[in-house]
Amino acid sequence: MQQQLSASLASLRERSVGWSIARSGKRPADLLFRGITMLFVLIVLALVIGVALVLVINSWPTISTFGFSFLTNQAFDPVHNTYGVLPAIFGTLVTSAFALLFAIPLGLGASIFVVDFCPRPLRVPLAFFSDLLAAVPSVIFGLFGFLVLAPWLQLTGEPWLNKHLGFLPFFQGQMQGVGLLAAGMILTIMVLPLIVAVSREVMLTVPGAQREALLALGATRWEVIRYAVLPFSRIGILGGIILALGRALGETMAVTMVIGNQASRPGLSLFNTGYSLSSVIANQFGEATPGLFLSAVIEAGLIVFLITFITNFLARWLISRLTRRTGGTHL
Amino acid sequence: MPLTVQHLDAWYGSKQALYDINLSFEPKSVTALIGPSGCGKSTFVRCLNRMHEEIPGARVSGEVLVDGFNMYASTAKARYVRQYVGMVFQQSNVLPGRSIFDNVAIGPRLNGLASGSSLQELVERSLRRAALWDEVKDKLNAPATQLSGGQQQRLCIARAVANQPQIILMDEPCSALDPISTLQIEELIRQLSESFTIILVTHNMQQAGRTADRTVFFLNGRVIEEGVTSELFSHPRKKETEEYISGRFG
Amino acid sequence: MSTALHTEKQTDTSPFRPRSPVREMQRQTVNMLVIALCVLCVLFVVGVLIYLIVYVLKQGIAYLNLDFFTKLPRPNGETGGGMGEAIQGTLILVGLAALIGVPLGLFTAIYLAEFGRGRFALAVRFLVDLLNGVPTIIFGLFAWVLIVIPQQTFSGLSGGVALGIIMIPIVARTAEDVLHLVPNELREASLALGATEAHTIVRVVLPAALNGIITGIVLAMARVAGETAPLLMTAFGTTFWSTDVTQPMDALTLRIYNFTLSPYPEQINQAFTGSFVLIMLIVLASFAVRWATGGFKRRF
Repeated sequence: MQQQLSASLASLRERSVGWSIARSGKRPADLLFRGITMLFVLIVLALVIGVALVLVINSWPTISTFGFSFLTNQAFDPVHNTYGVLPAIFGTLVTSAFALLFAIPLGLGASIFVVDFCPRPLRVPLAFFSDLLAAVPSVIFGLFGFLVLAPWLQLTGEPWLNKHLGFLPFFQGQMQGVGLLAAGMILTIMVLPLIVAVSREVMLTVPGAQREALLALGATRWEVIRYAVLPFSRIGILGGIILALGRALGETMAVTMVIGNQASRPGLSLFNTGYSLSSVIANQFGEATPGLFLSAVIEAGLIVFLITFITNFLARWLISRLTRRTGGTHL
Repeated sequence: MPLTVQHLDAWYGSKQALYDINLSFEPKSVTALIGPSGCGKSTFVRCLNRMHEEIPGARVSGEVLVDGFNMYASTAKARYVRQYVGMVFQQSNVLPGRSIFDNVAIGPRLNGLASGSSLQELVERSLRRAALWDEVKDKLNAPATQLSGGQQQRLCIARAVANQPQIILMDEPCSALDPISTLQIEELIRQLSESFTIILVTHNMQQAGRTADRTVFFLNGRVIEEGVTSELFSHPRKKETEEYISGRFG
Repeated sequence: MSTALHTEKQTDTSPFRPRSPVREMQRQTVNMLVIALCVLCVLFVVGVLIYLIVYVLKQGIAYLNLDFFTKLPRPNGETGGGMGEAIQGTLILVGLAALIGVPLGLFTAIYLAEFGRGRFALAVRFLVDLLNGVPTIIFGLFAWVLIVIPQQTFSGLSGGVALGIIMIPIVARTAEDVLHLVPNELREASLALGATEAHTIVRVVLPAALNGIITGIVLAMARVAGETAPLLMTAFGTTFWSTDVTQPMDALTLRIYNFTLSPYPEQINQAFTGSFVLIMLIVLASFAVRWATGGFKRRF
């Protein structure tokens, strides 16, 4: 994921194809090589477009049957052949919002520490550690969530929340361990490394001259961060947050394993079970009979595809605004 | 209150950069520090507002005294020292996201020196002293980055002045500027010395001649010679000084 | 001697005191508070994650034995057995994925780094980035619709295709980065000697970039080895030895997923062990390739 992240940032680096050397003409070897290269490139393009097309074409039955109400129907009901993903969208949004709500302050705080307060000997281990985390497969987060976190929530966590904060509608209802809360917590852990890594990279690009200017006026460490580092990094950090949002919205395995995969009566409680768009796909594909059922599963995939496309696009647009505004600062 | 430096040594990690510096600076005067690249004059100046120690691994020993108080004493906080000794850097480092007004006001705001209307007066006074007021008085809320290079450097001077220090350090403030802006700033330095003690690092000997009352010549981390500017340039006592001044190395 | 004299003076009259002591207290407090909060954040983040990894590893290593690699899973919660077929399956699937992902990704990188110009290149880069950000289950859906459903069977092949597509942008990115690092002088020298462009790229530029490219490929393989979602509906999983890619194939991740949700404690234990093996596989691959190709490249 570290690759993904620096790749996302690096993709907006100015890329000039370095060598504008007069080519020696169209020799046969060159034509052949170029031809092969272009062939592969075209295959890749075909695949990308193909994925989008396959999603659209195969969800056409439900798109034409339900149209917009696919997004607002409450029941995903193979028996009566009506399909709607509102609860799935709700589950996806709630768990992702929860994750961002906690991961942003924690991640920012941690990255500020790493960039500004961290004693030198700790730098390498911390960076190595964060790379390691980025490489942990999501099924293992799911395993931890299902076998460790959910039981703990059921026995200890949720009762405690209910007892002390039960006046809030979020912490009421049946305490099953699995559910929206568990999924939100696991997602928080999963997007934290991403936010820390992006924020760290962005804050490191703040020119030292800015920090010095404030230090020389007698500012405290925090004031230097607040007035020199953060304003400079704001947009880049926002881009990182949107990348994290995209990750959270699309996460499948860990969420599927702890969200309960059962509809609950609609309500505000985080203790409720639910499902997410990707967990619908993961759980239902096996049952999907050709026709509307299959189409519904694929349309869920199409929605996920579109959501992540938009968030990705937003993030990159924001980051490119940052590089443009600061006159091509390299990220 | 004179600034006195006694037995100052400075290191970058294990590499020593300054050797046993002993100097004294008269209040409300301009002292120029000259010498070839790498002679330690920038390092020295950063020891005078405790900025040198911000570099990882950097170390200082010795004493820098103002009115008998050592700024490196364990009871003195670096932050307070920096409010007393201001700095203007080689490259103007205005805060990019902020307006001209905010840039000048940030020191006083942070340090609680003024607020409301007294802050407005302070900003205006500082901009006047930096000879920038007339050029920006109609656009105080414009982004600071809209100003030209010379104007930005004068903005940095205004910012330093607004923080109400007693001493202002200037580390080659004109090296990135055109000749006209340079002359403007040199004029500014002379005027400012009526209120502040100014210590100016410069690689331009003519600049030292134009602006400074006294001049110090640094070489390889040591003070070679020090004296009234005109005396130093016309009758240098040490051979190295004479060689540097006549351009035999530099 | 001068120090002794100076400590006698009251610090109240020191020139280095704040103009506004009350404000100073505020600033100090806020500063301390922020530092404390940041430290707490780091401790929390590091703490939770270390706990997670240590817990999984500890549980996993307890049931690690040779059988794990060589035996098939026992039915219905009998003790013993292993995940041999899953490990074999992962290796086969990753190998398949590499067959697809490496050439496609590498040539895309060559195009972007050596030839690409103008709007087409921008479009290519945009679409490759797009590929990068898509949740991997979508590729599973793609392979499911195009291969599994027409063939009426789950298959290792469809799994390999899905994983291969996932690999393309990862390989393309890292390879392109590395190719950009190769100095132009090398290319110019080769052309000046009369070599063709093709020869220059294949015989001069690629070898110069080889270490980085291999690192990128191995890291991409480690990454897809950890994928589960796209395999759910393509390779599907099995509990028998199989090297037939036209039939369902197991993978370590699938087996872990399956066993985690199992009601049998024996299988849950094996899920932990599988996780241990999976993490070790990824970590060892990352280390090994960096060691073999010469060191870490870290930016701070």
